[in-house]
Amino acid sequence: MMTTDASTIGIAHYEEIEHPDTVAMQTLGFWLYLMSDLIIFATLFATFAVLGRNYAGGPTGKELFELPYVLVQTLLLLVSSVTYGLVMLAVHNGTRRWVLIGLAVTFLLGLGFVAMEIHEFHSLIAEGHGPNVSAFLSSYFTLVGTHGTHVTFGLIWMAVMIGQVAVKGLTSPVQSRLMRLSMFWHFLDLIWIGIFSIVYLMGVM
Amino acid sequence: MSQATIDSTGASRGSLKSYLTGFVLSLILTAIPFALVMSGTWSSSAILAGIFSAGIVQILVHLYYFLHLDTSSAARWNVLAMIFTILIMALFVGGTIWIMYSLHYRMM
Repeated sequence: MMTTDASTIGIAHYEEIEHPDTVAMQTLGFWLYLMSDLIIFATLFATFAVLGRNYAGGPTGKELFELPYVLVQTLLLLVSSVTYGLVMLAVHNGTRRWVLIGLAVTFLLGLGFVAMEIHEFHSLIAEGHGPNVSAFLSSYFTLVGTHGTHVTFGLIWMAVMIGQVAVKGLTSPVQSRLMRLSMFWHFLDLIWIGIFSIVYLMGVM
Repeated sequence: MSQATIDSTGASRGSLKSYLTGFVLSLILTAIPFALVMSGTWSSSAILAGIFSAGIVQILVHLYYFLHLDTSSAARWNVLAMIFTILIMALFVGGTIWIMYSLHYRMM
């Protein structure tokens, strides 16, 4: 809406390479995948809602969770979502250097998030609070672990995209992939809102 | 040089302003529930209501400012697919909780 001239020229240029509908269809298709992923998370949330208070004599969320730690994780993911947004702005402006810098910053923030989660899981298991202890911990590890796995795959995808931008430049297919990765990345931040609200905040109450 | 922009997809339009607005709103909507739980001054049902409303508003903020979902025609199919998914999710989550809590109640 604000870059009407630039985008008109951009699309005209784009049509020479690939039909514009292709990108729209790829985006919609990827969105449909995200929606099916959302249903996976919905079933895991439902499982947690049912089992989350069945401690079987094991520790409760109040004893295990440290909210300041979760807050730092939340901020890492939120800031990484914004830096990825800035990457997309740089893609629109065609400034390859800023795309690479933005992707690297986003990658490091995401890596920090995953490292904190692995550290949390490791210390829980090391203290004897593994997923085999209670229904609460089983559903907790499944839900949070599934999200963490998604973030890890997002990081792998991002590393690949850093390579593609560096080697191929901002070609149309590369831009289209960056676009889909941005949807994936924002989507994971969205799921995390549900996790910190339902698992951590309500678990500590 | 003129780089191709992907503008017709319904999910790519964003500006620095929209990302920063989304960021500030998300910070506030994250701070509220954490502060409510960590201070613990309210009653638990009030805190619960606070967590849920802040969470839902933050999800809407993310959808609008980060994923750029709105009522424009470009985003129509994305929004329709999401509404359908929310329906399925409501059936899954609501139905599961309803049945399991009812079962729990009757077995006590």
